[in-house]
Amino acid sequence: MLYLQNIGAYFLMIVEMFRKPTKWSVMKQLILKDIDDLIIGSLGIVAFISFFVGGVVAIQTALNISNPLIPKSLVGFATRQSIILEFGPTFMSIIMAGKVGSFITSSIGTMRVTEQIDALEVMGINSLNYLVFPKFISLMLYPFVISISMFLGIVGGMIASVYGDFTTFEHYIEGIQLDFKPFHVIYAFIKTTVFAFVLATIPSFHGYYMKGGALEVGKASTTSFVWTSVVIIIINYLLTQMLLS
Amino acid sequence: MIEVKDLHKSFGDVEILKGISTSFEKGKTNLIIGQSGSGKTVFLKCLLGLFNYESGTISYEGKIFSNLDEDEKRNLRAEIGMVFQGSALFDSMTIAENVMFPLRMFTKQSKSEMEDRVNFVLKRVNLDDAHKKMPSEASGGMQKRVAIARAIVNNPKYLFCDEPNSGLDPRTSIVIDNLIQEITREYNITTVINSHDMNSVMEIGEKIVFLKDGYKEWEGSKKTIFKTDNKAVTNFVYSSNLFKKVRKMYLKENNN
Repeated sequence: MLYLQNIGAYFLMIVEMFRKPTKWSVMKQLILKDIDDLIIGSLGIVAFISFFVGGVVAIQTALNISNPLIPKSLVGFATRQSIILEFGPTFMSIIMAGKVGSFITSSIGTMRVTEQIDALEVMGINSLNYLVFPKFISLMLYPFVISISMFLGIVGGMIASVYGDFTTFEHYIEGIQLDFKPFHVIYAFIKTTVFAFVLATIPSFHGYYMKGGALEVGKASTTSFVWTSVVIIIINYLLTQMLLS
Repeated sequence: MIEVKDLHKSFGDVEILKGISTSFEKGKTNLIIGQSGSGKTVFLKCLLGLFNYESGTISYEGKIFSNLDEDEKRNLRAEIGMVFQGSALFDSMTIAENVMFPLRMFTKQSKSEMEDRVNFVLKRVNLDDAHKKMPSEASGGMQKRVAIARAIVNNPKYLFCDEPNSGLDPRTSIVIDNLIQEITREYNITTVINSHDMNSVMEIGEKIVFLKDGYKEWEGSKKTIFKTDNKAVTNFVYSSNLFKKVRKMYLKENNN
């Protein structure tokens, strides 16, 4: 029953987020600040993880090819498919649920605990629009982060496989061009956009409606990470079923 | 003027406010006092519209709050200044930005006009050299003064303060009390203060509402509180020996 109540409250929060918009001159600054915090601030960790995981995917693929009849270009092909279809959009979104999601929950939760949200409400400001809407807009740039992740994952795979002597540069390039379907990239960006919405709203919900003190802010961040991950995995399955099967 | 009639508020099965009726007058410092758990904060949050209530009415200059639509409520709230117990300053903004915030949100003033107004109110609360500090760099007393500056920067009609003296030393408490009273008179606003600080009651309590277990037990002023024989009030207000002596002296002087 509590789950149903929370789901209802979540959708009401989304409706309320679009009502009584904050003055544009203020909103513009909030969006720029959130782009800096959520998007630019995530590029380093995204680049680091993508590069090395791309390398690991390439090495593991190469090590598992024992049959000489399988072309060497398969390493590039498999790395590209893994990175574009799953690693970039889904795995990276789970990591972002930990990094960005817990940041959103703890920052909004702390504002709740210290009565800053009450202060906004008393001033007659729609606090949901003021706090959540800029995060939603700035995370619409999330596909840009994932495109960097995909690029660096494939580059990481190339460097690991070429310098580790698992395949040649020519074979790797041939592999990443092999049987390329542009729709796979579109599918990845559709998923990423939906995940961006989830990343902006579920952590905000947990922060905004939390009750208690500093300890509860920590608990809310953990709960928010768990639920964001669960929803991303379920949506990933549903979208894959709808778009690829 | 704010009028409250027969206000009831519950959380689940527990009734917190049990039919409170009172009024808060313009140009006066109105105090709500009572023990912890008496319903003061819930009452204040109902007045501010932060809590919904089951029955009763709260009217601002004759306009019943619960009858207003969301936009009208937000417009009314723009006329309210609030000083929270923990100051509730925005962590990510400097002191000057915190004070400027209501102006940025609700006025079309130019940046220089807003800066002039911020300078004026910060000077009014004796903080004219703290513009660039972050709230975390300010002391408790300074934070309270910044909160007062933010509350009055937009010329509100109503000022609410939730325990403005909590966590402050006696000297700073008196400064804050006097500041609130001066501002109330200077701008002729309706001020409602939630407090259990007896110094504040004696200093600035032009109207006092005493709550006990969710009921309005007594109301009067700092003068009549000395003469009341209401046991709940005397037990609460004169629980310390110092205030017992003060009361004795007051009654002795007035009887002579």
